Amino acid sequence: MSSVWAIFRREFAAYFATPLAYVFIVIFLFSMGAFTFYIGRFYEHNIADLSVFFSYHPWLYLFFVPAIAMRLWAEERRTGTMELLLTLPVPLWATVVGKFLAAWAFTGVALALTFPIWITVNYLGHPDNGVILASYIGSFLMAGGYLAIGACISATTHNQVIAFVVSVVVCFLFTISGAPLVLDFFRAWAPLALINAVASFSFLTHFMAITQGVIDLRDVIFFFSLIALFLAANVMVVDLKRTG
Amino acid sequence: MIEIAGLTKRFGPITAVAGIDLNVDKGEVLGFLGPNGAGKSTTMKMVAGFLAPDGGYARICGHDIETDTLAAQRRIGYLPEGAPAYPDMTPRQFLKFIAQVRGFDGAAAKSAIGDAVGKTELDPVLDQPIDTLSKGFKRRVGLAQAILHDPPVLIMDEPTDGLDPNQKHAVRRLIQGMAREKAIVISTHLLEEVEAVCTRAVIIDRGRIVADGTPAQLLARSRHHNAVTIVLPSGQAAAVAAKLKGLPEVAGVEQSTSNGSAAVTAYPKGGALLIEDVSAMAAREHWDVKELYAEAGRLDEVFRAVTTHDAAWARESRT
Repeated sequence: MSSVWAIFRREFAAYFATPLAYVFIVIFLFSMGAFTFYIGRFYEHNIADLSVFFSYHPWLYLFFVPAIAMRLWAEERRTGTMELLLTLPVPLWATVVGKFLAAWAFTGVALALTFPIWITVNYLGHPDNGVILASYIGSFLMAGGYLAIGACISATTHNQVIAFVVSVVVCFLFTISGAPLVLDFFRAWAPLALINAVASFSFLTHFMAITQGVIDLRDVIFFFSLIALFLAANVMVVDLKRTG
Repeated sequence: MIEIAGLTKRFGPITAVAGIDLNVDKGEVLGFLGPNGAGKSTTMKMVAGFLAPDGGYARICGHDIETDTLAAQRRIGYLPEGAPAYPDMTPRQFLKFIAQVRGFDGAAAKSAIGDAVGKTELDPVLDQPIDTLSKGFKRRVGLAQAILHDPPVLIMDEPTDGLDPNQKHAVRRLIQGMAREKAIVISTHLLEEVEAVCTRAVIIDRGRIVADGTPAQLLARSRHHNAVTIVLPSGQAAAVAAKLKGLPEVAGVEQSTSNGSAAVTAYPKGGALLIEDVSAMAAREHWDVKELYAEAGRLDEVFRAVTTHDAAWARESRT
């Protein structure tokens, strides 16, 4: 466990060692604001809630989270520190988990910094803060899902651009897997059970359910098991690359 | 302390390491030599647990690197090729991270880091980002990282690459200082390094060991081993060469001239000692000798002889 903590600390500090963290957070917050107020027309709704704000999260994460995840492993491969990291006496799973948690904590920081909008909505009216809290939790879980996918893909390459682009595409498919674009592809040949299974992978469906204010255990389990699945895949990818 | 048997690694159709057997004991400093692409780094990567072998095994103090990985890795200090380190960290942060990962905390971490920093003389740059350090300091950060936990086994891929002569000397002194309690493997392209620090030299070529022995044993395989050279005015060279050829233990004589003086070199039969006979003859014959010296041998010559495939191929095809 102490090795997870050591890996976590180094990785988390690495975000803030360069301007990356600050640039990222500023642009993230700016985009959140721009989407909520200009595109989402937050004021014109005349409702004191944050549903407009949260409805853009999946789409913003689609680009922001792969940007955080892309460097996790690709950078280590490029600079050669991968060799150092993997020859330290740390179980591979601990390295994978430590890195993931650091990136997740970083997105948590960025998400937490959106708090002024929560203050604003409380100033303007009387929103249901329980729903807002649930939505924040849901948003954080969803970010974890995107991150786990991005981390796994980052482990397959030493090129961060490839890691980013592929992650965006895969994350996009997971986001909209309940939509006709994806389901029609399966409808022609797949059995109904598979189509339902694919549809149930939709981040949108699970996230939207949570933003209704009900944290259904099934949605939570969905995100956690997805994270676990992709972290396990991450371990396997790194291990497979050892065999050359 | 290091046992390697049948270690093999293939990359697609290429066999990078083709069955290496090697044992390294405490107190040995093994110099790992070979042309580029011979499989030195690949072997070291497998022994350190970065690459998985396709065959054979490597054991560190009895722990198999593939099945008992963590126990083996705890006992290895490893300096990868190019001494990679996180560029945004300072050496202090970096070594703290390594100490933490290796299970040191508090006072133990502090003293381990202090020791490593002292031995590698990193003090002046402890708080500068590694990115901004000179090549020599970067290499020393890598060394500090490798020796931090005082491991019984040290594996270093080109530890003195990119260092200036003073720094090379310092690193060699460091290695010699640790040699008694550890099993050390270093890879290098510098043959003088092998003579300076290694107790044993192993030359590999195309994934196989082609020579293994003490530096002196390898030198003995050189054509120049115990060869004697006399430098004298060029007018006398022919006569001297003829006389030398007459000695019973001389296999051959070669001469070269430059700036009015000639160097006549007598090569011994089967590594016999010639120096006494030759100097006695020089005194007897009253040659006008400017220099007279014997050679221990030339490692670069041995290296070329055992690793030049074209030459070997040419020899084989002639017979």
